[in-house]
Amino acid sequence: MNLLDKAFGISPAALMLRSQRSSVLAANIANADTPNYQARDYDFSATLRDAMQGTTSGLAATDEGHISLVDKNEVGTTMYRLPTKTKQNGNTVEEEIEQAAFSENAVQYQTSLQFLNGTIRGLRLAIKGE
Amino acid sequence: MSGLTGIYRIAGTALNAQSRSLDMIAQNMANSQVVTGSEETAYRAKRPIFAPLLEQASLASGETSGVQITSMAESQANVERQRMPEHPLADSEGYIYLANVNMVEEMTNMVQATRSYQANVEVMNTSKDLLMRTLALGN
Repeated sequence: MNLLDKAFGISPAALMLRSQRSSVLAANIANADTPNYQARDYDFSATLRDAMQGTTSGLAATDEGHISLVDKNEVGTTMYRLPTKTKQNGNTVEEEIEQAAFSENAVQYQTSLQFLNGTIRGLRLAIKGE
Repeated sequence: MSGLTGIYRIAGTALNAQSRSLDMIAQNMANSQVVTGSEETAYRAKRPIFAPLLEQASLASGETSGVQITSMAESQANVERQRMPEHPLADSEGYIYLANVNMVEEMTNMVQATRSYQANVEVMNTSKDLLMRTLALGN
């Protein structure tokens, strides 16, 4: 971990994860009418902890010949959401819950951005020495 | 592809699917008064069949990205017949066959499709907002 990474702390990993989560939630909203579609989501705190420790919760590649199932740039695995009710067509997307989660995720993304902006401002101040 | 830029495509496929669904609903409502001379040729309400759109790269992890309409199903509701011997399309027994379109059902489907469309537009707007803020990072 270099100096700049240390300065930024947890925010870049959180930002990455927030953007991935938003795409998973968008897929849920897009599939609100798809029969037998199962809504997914991340277990955010567990995934972020894994991301900070540099481990993934998926299968570990312990041999050079192993092919990784997960994209190197992606962290964590999604899990199926436990619905409070299922529709007749087997779909487990609950629009209101997904929309609430999406908008909450957007706010958290902006929070991480705000932290990053603050850090950048502080670093600039330190570099300029004003 | 994941992340915020991927959302445009996800929401885009959903907008496309929902607008096609609205198309079918409009077609059903427009044809609700169609009358034919036999049960086989009677107009039957069309329904979209949605399926998740899987991306090649994400097939391994089972991630879905978007939605598509794979096929179109016809409503299985009974075709009503009416005895109208004087009608020019009446069959040899004097019956005409009405479309099996249920207007109430079509209206509720329309409201649902419209709401799904709106939800996806909202998703797109929010992602755009977040992306613009990310671009302005450090300014």
